[in-house]
Amino acid sequence: MSDILSLTAVELGKAIKAGTYTAVDAMKAVIEQIEKCEETVHAYVTIDKEAALAKAAEAQKKIEAGELTGPLAGVPVAIKDNMCTEGMLTTCSSKILSNFVPTFSSEAVINLEKAGAVVIGKTNMDEFAMGSTTETSYYGVTRNPRNPEHVPGGSSGGSAAAVAAQECFFALGSDTGGSIRQPASYCGVVGLKPTYGTVSRYGLIAYGSSLDQIGPLCKDVTDCATILETIASHDPKDSTSMKREDTDFTSALVKDVKGMKIGIPKSYFGEGLQEDVKEAVLAVAEKLKELGAEVEEFDLDHVKYAIPTYYTIADAEASSNLERFDGVKYGYRAEDADELHRMYKKTRSEGFGPEVKRRIMLGSFVLSSGYYDAYYLKALRVKALIKKAFDDAFAKYDIILGPVAPTTAPKLGCSLSNPMQMYLGDIYTISVNLAGLPGISVPCGTDKNGLPIGVQMIGDCFAEKKLIRAAYTYEQAAKEV
Amino acid sequence: MAKEYETVIGLEVHVELATKTKIFCGCSTAFGGAPNTHTCPVCTGMPGSLPVLNKQVVEYAMAVGLATNCDITQNCKFDRKNYFYPDNPQNYQISQLYLPICRNGHVDIETESGVKKAVRIHEIHMEEDAGKLVHDEWEDASLVDYNRSGVPLIEIVSEPDMRSAEEVIAYLEKLRQTIQYLGASDCKLQEGSMRADVNLSVREVGAEKFGTRTEMKNLNSFRAIQHAIEGEKNRQIDLIEAGKEVVQETRRWDDNKAESYPMRSKEDAQDYRYFPDPDLVPIHISDEWIERVKAAQPEMAPEKKVRYKEEFDLPDYDIGIITGTKQMADIFEETTAICGNPKKVSNWLMGETLRLMKETGTDPEDLSFSPKHLADLIAMVDKKEINSSVAKEVFEKIFAEDIDPVAYVDEKGLKTVNDEGALRKTIEEIVAANPQSVADYKGGKEKAIGFLVGQTMKAMKGKADPGSVNEILREVLAQQ
Repeated sequence: MSDILSLTAVELGKAIKAGTYTAVDAMKAVIEQIEKCEETVHAYVTIDKEAALAKAAEAQKKIEAGELTGPLAGVPVAIKDNMCTEGMLTTCSSKILSNFVPTFSSEAVINLEKAGAVVIGKTNMDEFAMGSTTETSYYGVTRNPRNPEHVPGGSSGGSAAAVAAQECFFALGSDTGGSIRQPASYCGVVGLKPTYGTVSRYGLIAYGSSLDQIGPLCKDVTDCATILETIASHDPKDSTSMKREDTDFTSALVKDVKGMKIGIPKSYFGEGLQEDVKEAVLAVAEKLKELGAEVEEFDLDHVKYAIPTYYTIADAEASSNLERFDGVKYGYRAEDADELHRMYKKTRSEGFGPEVKRRIMLGSFVLSSGYYDAYYLKALRVKALIKKAFDDAFAKYDIILGPVAPTTAPKLGCSLSNPMQMYLGDIYTISVNLAGLPGISVPCGTDKNGLPIGVQMIGDCFAEKKLIRAAYTYEQAAKEV
Repeated sequence: MAKEYETVIGLEVHVELATKTKIFCGCSTAFGGAPNTHTCPVCTGMPGSLPVLNKQVVEYAMAVGLATNCDITQNCKFDRKNYFYPDNPQNYQISQLYLPICRNGHVDIETESGVKKAVRIHEIHMEEDAGKLVHDEWEDASLVDYNRSGVPLIEIVSEPDMRSAEEVIAYLEKLRQTIQYLGASDCKLQEGSMRADVNLSVREVGAEKFGTRTEMKNLNSFRAIQHAIEGEKNRQIDLIEAGKEVVQETRRWDDNKAESYPMRSKEDAQDYRYFPDPDLVPIHISDEWIERVKAAQPEMAPEKKVRYKEEFDLPDYDIGIITGTKQMADIFEETTAICGNPKKVSNWLMGETLRLMKETGTDPEDLSFSPKHLADLIAMVDKKEINSSVAKEVFEKIFAEDIDPVAYVDEKGLKTVNDEGALRKTIEEIVAANPQSVADYKGGKEKAIGFLVGQTMKAMKGKADPGSVNEILREVLAQQ
């Protein structure tokens, strides 16, 4: 049974179709692995074994009846706990949603279920996706399966850890400022943040609505393209969802980068970047060059403004998005509050953790009367400039290549005491969200302590296929060595 | 010499739009319904739900803007207005602050005393309504009903151009008429589909600077608006005369007590932290779209007035009343189209219809009888099948229950008796039974004939044609 766990999602799908395994075998293997690892890793907030087995049996029947024929039919999947799942607890890793069971599922989850993937449970995350380590969860920290002394990254740390620990075959995460790519890099898995509007946000509990995007965390680039192809859809329920004709992402799984123009932003390799991370990432560029790509360094403007811009916009939106958690309609309500506004204050004081409160306060401040122009409006203008800088870069390059994070996974307990330092760790990922671009994180070796390193490839809007082609080419070439 | 004061008034008018579904979801906007039955994840603010704009809301808002001479903001968007209250499920209201859909319009008004002026419109914006809190005294609890949550509203904000309650009423009536003609709303103050908040300040006549204003809420009839304006004007003048200052605040009008009290003052004014709603994309309104909405505008009251004068030659006063509401104008036009006699239709509307509306307290927009039934009634009178008093009686039934007059008259046996022999026989009997009246008539008392006509009609149970009765009676009397 143990070799089943080492299969990728697509390999497993094929094996189920071929009758080598059943969907129930796969689910049982995953449950066994969860029982073995979960005590250490703690990737999940909610696991419903019985329901998962029942759904796996149902999927198996449909596969045998020829009703489910897709590549992910019967494959167990874990869902980040900020995506609504009908009838299954959805907490955002917060106390304030500790009892919240949605009446509907996210569009992305529905798309997966239609394709026959089977949901095992909900993965741990930084509370409301605010954090880079999964340490701000109300339900305890998740540990990095590659080294349990270290964080898995965040905010989709549970999803990345579940994939790395083989506690699922793939997972969904969400990325507002790097929350898929950074944990993927820390845990040594593949993670992709699609172009804004590619995957419906309906059912994703919003953090920064203009930046949030759902994407896959998985074992390789083939899985990544396959999952993205399955979850991408135009959804009339999401006004920011886009109609795309080019969602046949698996067609880009081609080992060929000849003539591809790759730009390396000089400023991504300056101070603060861990030396072995730098070497590993530049080695990827070198490898692609060997394979026929044209690689060139260039100056990407406005990089240093990305962090203040991001935290202004994301926190402003979050301060408003999180207002609905007030103890009135659902979720946690403080006891013994004898008056409405005291109930609000007590509920929110007790229900939210410190990082969430910090961001609500920052966000409320930048939107408040007298400060709106100086902060929020200015941030929107800088956001436009950052987009322009990327537009200029993509006039010259097919993809931009750089690190995902300045360091490999830090040790548990080191990050939260210095939030400013933690925010600075998002330097390479957040501008991608501000510009609405797709970005992929692909494993590219380990540091001197054996911790995984990820390389980030960034594409122009709608250029996922270029990312997939470059990432696939590198991945295949790296295997050959 | 006592100082003279001028009242300066601006209005914020909320109008509930007549769309079938809510502004950001597919739930019904129908009034009533058991609590929380017209709801879904979007209008109850469930986590993960997202708003999708109802295009009809934009069309109605544009139609009202175009009819009030506004500029249409061709790139407009929605903003979030953040405040905590349980009737507001997301704790922000989706509204428009930075780029409202319509700006810089005006409405021409004429007051009853003949003042003509233009009231400028600052802006019209689209927004969602809130739910309703129900306080359960028995359980000592508050419950929320989200059926109204997400019902589309437009807010029409005027400039401070009005100077009296009379002007305010004229402005509101003009707005109501315009919006009803467009079919964008039924604009019922009592039911809350039209709500007006009054911003009022006073200043000495000739002063250039405005005084400190207050905002008055909870005005749900023209009468309440009138009273509130008078009351607030006097309250502010009294304060100024006493050397005190008017405090900028929101006040709530209690029409039963005929006084207002403060709701919240400027000191605890909320910071709504408005910002563009990232869940909704900006709305682009093309020239073609504007042209389409313009082309679909119905004939409005001013054009109707001119046309009625030319086409039907009715008195100005009657035209004013008939075109005053779309419902009345529609009934007039449809009835006239059937019976071809605009004067008679107008007479029925100006006479019996207005009388019954007054008696029963019916608003013109609630008139519900069918033009066909009024046309049938007019035809029956024309053909002398019924006399005018029977016709009035039948019309009361049409007005109240929209009965079919032909069937009703038939069933109740109300048709005029046209059997001359029977009528002559009755008259001869009446004349024989009333020798004194006959003598009076012969003695030159013309009035006495009235008594005899009345007696005849009574004997005929009202079903005789008064003209025929008169004629035959004179013949019979002449033979005496």
